[in-house]
Amino acid sequence: MAPETKHLEVTLDTHVESVNLAEEMCVRVAEAAGFNEDECYRIGMSVREGVINAFHYGNQEKPEKKIHLAIELTEERMIIHVLDEGKGFRLNDVPDPLAQENLLSTSGRGIFLMKAFMDEFDVQPGRTGGAELVMAKRLPALGSPHSNGNGSGSNSGAPHQEA
Amino acid sequence: MPSLFATTREYSGITLVDLSGRISLGDGSALLRKTVRDLLEEGRTKIILNLGDVNYIDSSGIGELVSGFTAVRNRGGELKLLNLTKKVNDLLQITKLFTVFDVFNDESTAMRSFE
Repeated sequence: MAPETKHLEVTLDTHVESVNLAEEMCVRVAEAAGFNEDECYRIGMSVREGVINAFHYGNQEKPEKKIHLAIELTEERMIIHVLDEGKGFRLNDVPDPLAQENLLSTSGRGIFLMKAFMDEFDVQPGRTGGAELVMAKRLPALGSPHSNGNGSGSNSGAPHQEA
Repeated sequence: MPSLFATTREYSGITLVDLSGRISLGDGSALLRKTVRDLLEEGRTKIILNLGDVNYIDSSGIGELVSGFTAVRNRGGELKLLNLTKKVNDLLQITKLFTVFDVFNDESTAMRSFE
């Protein structure tokens, strides 16, 4: 029998309030999935940064564009997709915010935070032509070394997509 | 309800800004920007941001802290941080901003650092 996957998908307006809404929604799912307070904070922050990225960089704050948020809960992981309607980007093109010349930059830390706070993170071409951020966190029941609140993810490529 | 509150105190030419709430995209970041800008317009360039009651900062808030730091420094002043919560402390550590900001756990030590 195929493992059960729970799936939740919402379409958000390109609006600042969508950032808070997405964060709250994902934190509630994470709490229900059994993540501890620290991990819920990291998941919430990552979703927040993903939606800020879609709102600001992807959709250029254009209200006619939408942000597509999907949450998958498998037996092993919580997987979050944030899709915008922009032009897309390549992860390799994102400047390193830890480089000395970027330390005083007032922006450009969102992707870094998502990579730091989630176990897996990737950027894929989305069906809208925009960027699809895919991030995942292993469920605590598996006893992963990264699900105990220490916060450093392995970033080992794209999460598996389950049906 | 606003996500961030700010009140200012002044001692011996040093301005302490007590912040509470969230410094995040939207009105939190905007209030921090306005607060620092207003202080600079009043000629106050020795500033301590007390973050003891700030329980959340996102990348927008981090950007606003950096923006404030740079703006104050460009006026010949200094902007320092006081009483970081664990979450904010961790964020500044992983973003390497601990190497940029002067950070204090004690108000009187922070005040004396301007001497």
